[in-house]
Amino acid sequence: MKIDRTNPIWRFHGITPMAIFFFAYLYLPIIVLLVLSFNENRLATIWTGFSTQWYSVVLDNSDMLRAAQNSLVIGLSATVIATIAATLAAMGMARGRFRGESGVAAMLTLPLLVPEIVTAIATLLFFIVIGVKLGLISIIAAHTVFCIPFAYLPIRARLDGMDPALIEAANDLYANEWQAFKRVTFPLLWPGILSGAMLSFIISLDDFVISYFVGGAGSTTLPIYIFGMIRIGITPEVNAISALMLIISIIFVSISFLIDRIRY
Amino acid sequence: MEFFTRHKRFWLIAPAVVYIGFFMGLPLLQMAYVSILERGTNGGVNWGSLSFDAYISFIFDRDLMDNLIINTDYLQIFLRSFELSALTTVLALILGFPTAFYIAMQPQSRRNMFIFLVTIPFWTNILVRNYAWMLLLRNGGLIDNLLNTIGLDTGGLDLLYTPYAVSIGLTYTYLPFMVLPIYASLEKLDHRLIEAAFDLGANKRKAMTRIILPLATPGIIAGSILVFIPCLGAYVTPELLGGGKFMMIANLIGSQFGAARNWPFGAALGFVLLALVLIAMMVYSLKFKKLPENAS
Amino acid sequence: MKLRSILLGASAFALLSLGAGAAKADGELFFYNWSNYFPPELFDKFEKETGIKVTLDVYDSNETMLAKLQAGASGYDIVVASDYMVDVMIKEKLATEFDAKSLENFKNVAKPHDTMKYDPDRKYSVTYLWGTTGFTYDSDVAKEKLDDSWKEFFEPRPEFQGKIGALNDEVEMYAAAAYYAGVDKCTEDPKEAQKILDILQKQKPYVAVYSSEGTIDRMAAKEVAMHMQWNGASHRTKESLPSAVFVYPREGLSFWSDHFIIPKGSPHFENAKTFINWMMQPENAAAASNYAGYMNAIKGSDAYLDESLKTDPAVNMPEKYADRLVPGKNCSEKARDLRNRVWTKLKS
Repeated sequence: MKIDRTNPIWRFHGITPMAIFFFAYLYLPIIVLLVLSFNENRLATIWTGFSTQWYSVVLDNSDMLRAAQNSLVIGLSATVIATIAATLAAMGMARGRFRGESGVAAMLTLPLLVPEIVTAIATLLFFIVIGVKLGLISIIAAHTVFCIPFAYLPIRARLDGMDPALIEAANDLYANEWQAFKRVTFPLLWPGILSGAMLSFIISLDDFVISYFVGGAGSTTLPIYIFGMIRIGITPEVNAISALMLIISIIFVSISFLIDRIRY
Repeated sequence: MEFFTRHKRFWLIAPAVVYIGFFMGLPLLQMAYVSILERGTNGGVNWGSLSFDAYISFIFDRDLMDNLIINTDYLQIFLRSFELSALTTVLALILGFPTAFYIAMQPQSRRNMFIFLVTIPFWTNILVRNYAWMLLLRNGGLIDNLLNTIGLDTGGLDLLYTPYAVSIGLTYTYLPFMVLPIYASLEKLDHRLIEAAFDLGANKRKAMTRIILPLATPGIIAGSILVFIPCLGAYVTPELLGGGKFMMIANLIGSQFGAARNWPFGAALGFVLLALVLIAMMVYSLKFKKLPENAS
Repeated sequence: MKLRSILLGASAFALLSLGAGAAKADGELFFYNWSNYFPPELFDKFEKETGIKVTLDVYDSNETMLAKLQAGASGYDIVVASDYMVDVMIKEKLATEFDAKSLENFKNVAKPHDTMKYDPDRKYSVTYLWGTTGFTYDSDVAKEKLDDSWKEFFEPRPEFQGKIGALNDEVEMYAAAAYYAGVDKCTEDPKEAQKILDILQKQKPYVAVYSSEGTIDRMAAKEVAMHMQWNGASHRTKESLPSAVFVYPREGLSFWSDHFIIPKGSPHFENAKTFINWMMQPENAAAASNYAGYMNAIKGSDAYLDESLKTDPAVNMPEKYADRLVPGKNCSEKARDLRNRVWTKLKS
């Protein structure tokens, strides 16, 4: 491979092989999972032949689709609410010190410090005491709590490294502070916002313990559904739904890429 | 600065803080109350009757003569959880930092693609990913076969159902939480800055410690927190990849709300964990504050 | 801007889906059950015959279910509870009295299931399925036929060492070790609990995995050669591993039964009664047995059972083992504490 001298990576020898190893490690289980979703045998550990039957089984399984839909609704709602709240908070926190700042900062990261199982039980008891009916809404409320710090930290990290002069300059040049935000702060901030939103979404989609406890009748999410299925062993059905989730994610991401292209 | 007047800052920060205060602060206070209540015979608690049994039984045990003796079972479980989480954080950093750096050094157009590559595997469920690792790690599984094919006769690795398997699984689970924050803080790193450092006679180590690391530090801190803490609360991975042979804290807490039906003790365990985490964080942040002075 | 388009699309999608979920039909039933314990086809059949749509949520342990109900209204119409949990639920006033004997199909219930230790008049519960907890081994691995004793499981022969699968279940494992030790599984005596711990600790080096999930898969893939199992799971193991043999240990084995209960605050009480009554029809009960591999409590369901189920000694227990069965028991607080400490010590 030709060395690109404009990219300083070449000076650090270990970096590229390490990144390659990282992606291999990351995708190895995914490849196994994809391959096994085409396994004819019901038992995932025994390969008997190629088949696409599990995909039709999954698409026919209304319970599983309902669970997947629940998961997406919860993930998207919690991500949107949490990302907005976290972005605002990060901007408020990033400039200068104020009295009680460390207390506020601790509050913002509190959900990360509490083990999931404690959060789950505490939230369940709390919802009952204040009389919230358990269901999708209660899960969204609980997920938003732990999504806020996951969105907040990357945004804050991004803001901390930003040159304050840029915003000052913007404030000098634009009469309207909303415009300053839209034209300067936000474009600079968005890689942080994007990684924050992504983190939130993933963690919500993946959550099992909290949804399990805070959920009510009819709010089974995909992790809970899959948890129920693996009691007899992981079946190709589970692999197939995972593969479908991957495809949805790739489509979702590609669309956002396309929209981006058109706008620029 | 107009945008960040005191008044406006308050309204920017308030929604997130109020939300967390309501949906997390209050439940925790209620939970603290539960931890000093008397347990109900069939689970649950007797509201109103106070008892500190839960905290006493964390450290002490009553022997047959009803004397208090020190009980190390729970402490051991706590210790193991901290060790495994620390190991996982270090592994995630070793893998995650070079990758984040690599991605940040790519041309702008390719970076987003890499970021999505990092996150895509996590659209599958944690249980499914753990199962995939079980298939990979077990005797006669893919990794075993691979090593045999290249001539290493391992005679069965016996990797699955060990703490190593748990570490591999946990590292895998929390990798993006390390990569994304580090990337976010390195993303604005200008190639020319590094080139300039080399032109001025810096060696690799200096370029790394003087330019790259200081810039990456907020991300590394954020990433380490995001990996370490959820690791402490890991519930599924020790059960699946560790073969259920040893508990981590979350399993212990879970069992108090499960078969043991001892809610106050479960709540107390949660608060002991919370206190330890807070102390660890304070020590960590004190150290972190000193770092920039040493570096300059 | 990219992020904004993502967020806009996402929130629109979320709102739409929420709206779709809010439109609810009247003929509904919310069913809370163990996972993989009810044939999905049967829900369709029920809906076709009665117009009531069943929504299923699953749990992994009696205690999880209890925690939700104890915490307050959960929105469920029917839950399935094991024997000792029936006791807890009645005592905690979490079960609604519906007087099962007044239901039309109760006449189909076979003896002795028409009564039950914790609910003798069947005011609160009806048996769904029942079974036993023993262990299964691969007879191809064994050098000779194994003794029907827990010794084979707790002190395995060389060919089984390191190839043992145990249930990751505090209650079941403790009970089995208690039978083997010859002590009460609800013992309040620390010395007896110590005996149980010794057995479990001595066995631990030979155990490959403690897991209640995927026991069938693990046996079929020959990852382990012996697994503590529920008899229905053992029956399903045999389908892919014909050499699997289920053992009824002579020291005793747990005999458990699971029961339909209508929890307090059920929003569709009448539908719940309709469902329970419907499940007491022989062909429906048989369908559940055929799916899960456990016996039901309904007279006349034999005619609809799969042949493989009827001829499998793991499910259709030979009469001579009847005195080995030990029913479930609601242990005292002190006994539960001892049990939990033994379990924690085993895993610390």
